[in-house]
Amino acid sequence: MFDLTPAELEALRLSVKVGLVSMMASLPVGFGLAYLLARCEFPGKSLVNAFVLLPLVLPPVVTGLVLLMLFGSQGPLGQFFEQTLGITFAFRWTGAALAAGIMGLPLMVRAMRLSIEAVDRRLELAARTLGARRWWAFLTITLPLSLPGVMAGAILSFAKSFGEFGATITFVSNIPGETQTLPIAIYSLLQTPGGDGPAWRLAILSVLVSLVAIVGAEWVERRIRTVRLS
Amino acid sequence: MSFDIDIAASRGAFEIAAAFRAEPGITVLFGPSGAGKTSILDLIAGILAPTRGRIAVDGQVLYDSAARINLAPEKRRVGYIFQGARLFPHLAVRANLLYGYNLTPQAERYAELDHIVDVLGISHLLARNPASLSGGEQQRVAIGRVILASPRLLLMDEPLASLDEARKQEILPYIERLRDELKIPILYVTHLASEVERLADVVVEIAAGRVTAQRKI
Repeated sequence: MFDLTPAELEALRLSVKVGLVSMMASLPVGFGLAYLLARCEFPGKSLVNAFVLLPLVLPPVVTGLVLLMLFGSQGPLGQFFEQTLGITFAFRWTGAALAAGIMGLPLMVRAMRLSIEAVDRRLELAARTLGARRWWAFLTITLPLSLPGVMAGAILSFAKSFGEFGATITFVSNIPGETQTLPIAIYSLLQTPGGDGPAWRLAILSVLVSLVAIVGAEWVERRIRTVRLS
Repeated sequence: MSFDIDIAASRGAFEIAAAFRAEPGITVLFGPSGAGKTSILDLIAGILAPTRGRIAVDGQVLYDSAARINLAPEKRRVGYIFQGARLFPHLAVRANLLYGYNLTPQAERYAELDHIVDVLGISHLLARNPASLSGGEQQRVAIGRVILASPRLLLMDEPLASLDEARKQEILPYIERLRDELKIPILYVTHLASEVERLADVVVEIAAGRVTAQRKI
């Protein structure tokens, strides 16, 4: 059953790539936002929080539309990235990764924020009185203690990115080999007469990848716990 | 080494005005709960900011509103032993003990691991995980961790408050040994007369954020 056709293999490869790249790219952004929301008081904080959570509640097609407006080839941010960094999002896999990352961000930030908030601030103060500068206390106390939540946030982001459909297809369309990720390929197959069988094969494949991701994440988390104390 | 403080601060509607001097030995800050004793320690450690005044240890200024000096907590070298042990849960006992030690410049260290661990009777705990220690053991490790950062002043905020009577009796002799070994001022906050009697060289009585009396024992 699992001698995959080149097209299926391509969709799988693309989905994994989009999932990993969007997760890696959202990690620093997500952690920064989570830290900001967990530990800083500033005017407009609830607005920032609302914006981060927005993709979770909006219809994905709306998020895709907003991305198209901002990051499309005519959009202000799209032009900025194209001219300064040479990154094009419109109708490219990079755009799929961007859409997936934005959709995964609320889940990531939420998990990370909760775990940072759960770190006892008094431990950080104890570290400071022992001679640690603020950033050293952060690096040696706050970060390792919130690591399980950071991991959980990263996995949620990958899972969301791997399966993202609505915002992706709206923003970067359905181009085989470029933006046709696994879920979009499944959708395309279902639109084709006699495509049910192949669609199921891809569906089972996506279940397998998700299981590997979850089991792998648990393994990594267990490793972190044991390494910590040595 | 000696310690001088003369500061004013406000915590919301609560006003604190404290001025006293401490020499090596134990100076007990004694007063009812809510009198502002812990706030005074937080001000000395740099965790809270005074509104004005001056704090100095051994001639070095930690805070001076007139000269606009306000050292960060990590620059003060003021050891702080809290009510709870506040051990770092992800680090083994040895790493907890060495946390401040490793951050102290070599030239300023006066305490070494082997000796302190011996004095506090915790050498058999070094590889343990903090969560597996008893309350008394945790507090001894916390004390060791602070001493190993070689502070110039030691703050103790009701370090026995969370312990039962037997554990208190277990810790008290260690505190007395430290008092005799270390040549630094120790400010010890408590609301218990029994601890005053047992430990104090000098008592500073605090009520409603103010020093109401100061006497030598």
